[in-house]
Amino acid sequence: MASGVKPRVKVPKTAAAGDVITIKTLISHKMESGNRKDKDGNKIPRSIINRFTCDFNGTNVIDMTMYPAISTNPYVEFQAKVDASGEFKFTWYDDDGDIYEAAKSISVS
Amino acid sequence: MKLTRRDALAMGLGATVVAMLPMRLSAAADDAIMAYTGGAEAGEGDITLTAPEIAENGNTVPIGVAAPGAVEIMVLALANPSPDVALFKFGPAAGAQAAKTRIRLAGTQDVVAIAKMPDGSFIKTSQSVKVTIGGCGG
Repeated sequence: MASGVKPRVKVPKTAAAGDVITIKTLISHKMESGNRKDKDGNKIPRSIINRFTCDFNGTNVIDMTMYPAISTNPYVEFQAKVDASGEFKFTWYDDDGDIYEAAKSISVS
Repeated sequence: MKLTRRDALAMGLGATVVAMLPMRLSAAADDAIMAYTGGAEAGEGDITLTAPEIAENGNTVPIGVAAPGAVEIMVLALANPSPDVALFKFGPAAGAQAAKTRIRLAGTQDVVAIAKMPDGSFIKTSQSVKVTIGGCGG
């Protein structure tokens, strides 16, 4: 499912060096669990985002494996430590091979 | 009261069913935990799992996990069709070994968080969540 997938990311614009900042991410995705049945009783095949990663200037912040028990429109909130200005890169990996990306830069004083 | 053979049989059967139910559930749960820890025993430690006591809708239950110093945190929902929920791996740029997300729960059950520490040991915690409407379809 590649339609209507829109990543949203919230990162503070500025921070002081050494600060721990909170990052919130949300991506619109129906996260079909593979357990549901349609009205004819056929199983709806699984289609989820199975992995999410965040890197800051090439250093990994979080690498999350998602299973079908993650809700529709997966939301993840986590913390990162910033020592210098740079760019956060966010990547979501879909079951069907699609990769969704987002990036946000932060200036650290 | 005189026990007939029929009574005795019924009582025996009832007792077996009662004994089997929780055993079956906890066996599956232990399997899921063992599958992650590789057979190692998970002890108590500095790990917190934040989940609501009562979730109206099992489709989106907000949870948070935190385990200072952990390398990974695995979240399991023991009564879901497949107990795995999420595995968080924290990299060198992580500000804290903590994360929040929203999960699906099939029904009232215990949610378990297991953290893997840098020395290879595991610590775990659990919280029971009451679910009014299950969230796994089926």
